[in-house]
Amino acid sequence: MKFVDEFRDPQHAATLLAAIRRSVSRRWTIMEVCGGQTHSLLRYGIEDELQDLVELVHGPGCPVCVTPVAAIEAALALATRPQTILASFGDMLRVPGSRKSLLQVRAAGGDVRIVYSPLDAIVLAQREPERQVVFFAVGFETTAPATALAVLQAARLELKNFSVLCSHVRVQPAMEQILLAPDCRVEGFLAAGHVCTVLGYESYEELVGRFRVPVVVTGFEPVDLLAGIHECIRQLESGQPAVANQYGRSARATGNPAARRMIDQVFAPRDRAWRGMGVIPGGGLELRPQWEQFDARRKFNLEDLAGCDVSDCPSGAVLAGRLRPPDCPHFGKSCTPEHPLGAPMVSAEGACAAYFRYRAAPVGQAEVHTS
Amino acid sequence: MTAAQSATCPVLTDGDAARITLAHGEGGKLSRKLIRGHMLPRLGNRWLQPLGDAAVLSVAAGRLAFSTDSFVVSPLFFPGGDIGSLAVFGTTNDLAVSGARPMWLSLSLIMEEGLPLSVLDQVLDSIAAAAHQVGVQIVAGDTKVVPRGAADGLFINTSGIGKLSEPAPLGPATLIPGDRILLTGPIAQHGMAVLAARESFAVEPPPRSDCGSLLPAVEALRSAAVPVKAMRDATRGGVAAVLHEWSDACGLTLSIDEASIPLSGEVRGLCEILGLDPLFVANEGTMLVAVGPDDVDQALAALRSESISAQSVCIGSVAARTISPVTIRRALGRAQPLDEPLAALLPRIC
Amino acid sequence: MCLAVPGKLVRWLDREPPFCRAEIQFEGITRVCNLSCVPDAQAGDFVIVHAGVAISTLDAQAAAQILADLSRMAEIEQSTEDLP
Repeated sequence: MKFVDEFRDPQHAATLLAAIRRSVSRRWTIMEVCGGQTHSLLRYGIEDELQDLVELVHGPGCPVCVTPVAAIEAALALATRPQTILASFGDMLRVPGSRKSLLQVRAAGGDVRIVYSPLDAIVLAQREPERQVVFFAVGFETTAPATALAVLQAARLELKNFSVLCSHVRVQPAMEQILLAPDCRVEGFLAAGHVCTVLGYESYEELVGRFRVPVVVTGFEPVDLLAGIHECIRQLESGQPAVANQYGRSARATGNPAARRMIDQVFAPRDRAWRGMGVIPGGGLELRPQWEQFDARRKFNLEDLAGCDVSDCPSGAVLAGRLRPPDCPHFGKSCTPEHPLGAPMVSAEGACAAYFRYRAAPVGQAEVHTS
Repeated sequence: MTAAQSATCPVLTDGDAARITLAHGEGGKLSRKLIRGHMLPRLGNRWLQPLGDAAVLSVAAGRLAFSTDSFVVSPLFFPGGDIGSLAVFGTTNDLAVSGARPMWLSLSLIMEEGLPLSVLDQVLDSIAAAAHQVGVQIVAGDTKVVPRGAADGLFINTSGIGKLSEPAPLGPATLIPGDRILLTGPIAQHGMAVLAARESFAVEPPPRSDCGSLLPAVEALRSAAVPVKAMRDATRGGVAAVLHEWSDACGLTLSIDEASIPLSGEVRGLCEILGLDPLFVANEGTMLVAVGPDDVDQALAALRSESISAQSVCIGSVAARTISPVTIRRALGRAQPLDEPLAALLPRIC
Repeated sequence: MCLAVPGKLVRWLDREPPFCRAEIQFEGITRVCNLSCVPDAQAGDFVIVHAGVAISTLDAQAAAQILADLSRMAEIEQSTEDLP
């Protein structure tokens, strides 16, 4: 697959690994912000490979994991409403609210549909005019343009049966929150390549100036990740933090102007609770008042229903990078992907689930013979 | 609708005649009409024809293999197959990979009220064609109709009996370090075909199911006298599920190489955009075969002589237990644990 | 996070935002995606698609550059290793 396979090339990966090994004078602590990056780091064994050189801390970048229980409760309530279809992304369906997940509500007869795109929910609304279709919108700024397009399409089509339960979140305020924590150990960031593709990365200059940490825009394939880590370490070793872009094939300094315009047209920033991390100032997006006919919270008179994390899950510490999943007392014991205590164990991208899937105590290397 | 009610309306309009009604399952005239008019002409043989309570089968000396499976696929028709062919190949493949030659099959249909008769006919045609291809006789059958909403169109159960061809595979418990793992074709075709058809992802061309009989592949190995240690069709849970099962059985680590695994362009593309790992996706005409290291070439040559397994390759080997029951070498060349399939696959978007 | 995959623009179907649509090819399959955020993309370009929406036009030159840099890095490394 063009522009994918080249960035999984073992030779290029080996070159970067060797370069990283050569340039490291001490073990640095770097946070990859995005859950997709966590997934790749573990899937390709990069974390194991770099174990002695870099501590990789898995950031809060799994939107499914940080969606607050209250928002999930609102979605669950809508899914059980008669003549209502609740549509969302596949990985949102398994995440539990305070008691149940959307998948469980579906099993009990709720009409919950998996969509690949928010725009598929528009098609659904057109096809089923007698039902209310609510799209449960989660995701970072990468996904916000798709939801914005759905709202703009619904307005143009004058759909009366489409609305959005908006739970979009913004990445940079969360990065700031992490840096502001007194026990923050993060010395450099791999910024989320696809969020930067939409928003650009100029706004990180301020972060670098204020906190003196490198911010390297990084992609998702193994070679991208190694290139991002390499650049981050180069900056740390030279003591000159800056904003750098290692994902130039997709991310530009000013992002995607059309996508940014669309986000601004439809959404406004607001303070938002992140699951496990508390309220983050400016940490979320809400629909602007002019689109209120498409706001499910107004349309169905939903407050974000009260609901609390009933578990002992210290997911906040995990999402903020203060606790490594295997160091959690519940990890792999009372908390597994089959019986998750908290969101990071549920989503395929959650740091805990990714650890559980791809990591095991390294005892030795298996030999593979295929000839 | 109760039996009494259905008995009072024996005259059907054309509209009704075109669909399955509860009366078709009541055992009365309509049931008989359904069986004589739609089933026997397609599936009839000397065992089924008498419509007795049980088929009486004669067996020679030797061992038998017996297997059952239920099929609830939605949609009923998908590129590359349908619930009918799936119901025949699914059960007969289970017999074949156990080292048995499928001989007899039972067929139970659970139909949802309202199922168009034309759909039933199409499924029955497909069952007949698949059974003919495998050389298996349908010797017992049953039909039931459930009220609308109690089933999704049509559910099928088949049970099969096969005659074991000795020597049967020794089984995965006998795997030892150094044994090799072969795969008979591109993976994830069936699961992605059904997913694409079900969730209407609207991709072109839609992936085609690999739904087919593995019997020729198994027989090719037998005629080449390849000593097969284990065979297993990689259905639900995909290749990863079989590897875990075998690792459990032998207590060793099974290691595979990602680069060696064949994938079609459609499946590759769809898996990438949905964030799914093809190793966890179901197959219906693809199996794993374990052989000793010296038998690899002969086994591959035999497998490649049949169209169902023409793209057979060696994907890995068995080793002493290391970091994990199953490991995979991906782009970086490092052996990483490959976990066990858990729940239904959900497309990963964010 | 954001699973986004590069695909090749095969042909435009609709150029009217917010309904801009085009056929995008991902390896062996083609899917219709929304291209309202990349109105200037042309047939043959690669776009990066997330949740059915293209979020950027891929800069093939930047991709080639980083790969070329890596090949050069490998050569330099090789030649330094070859030194006595």
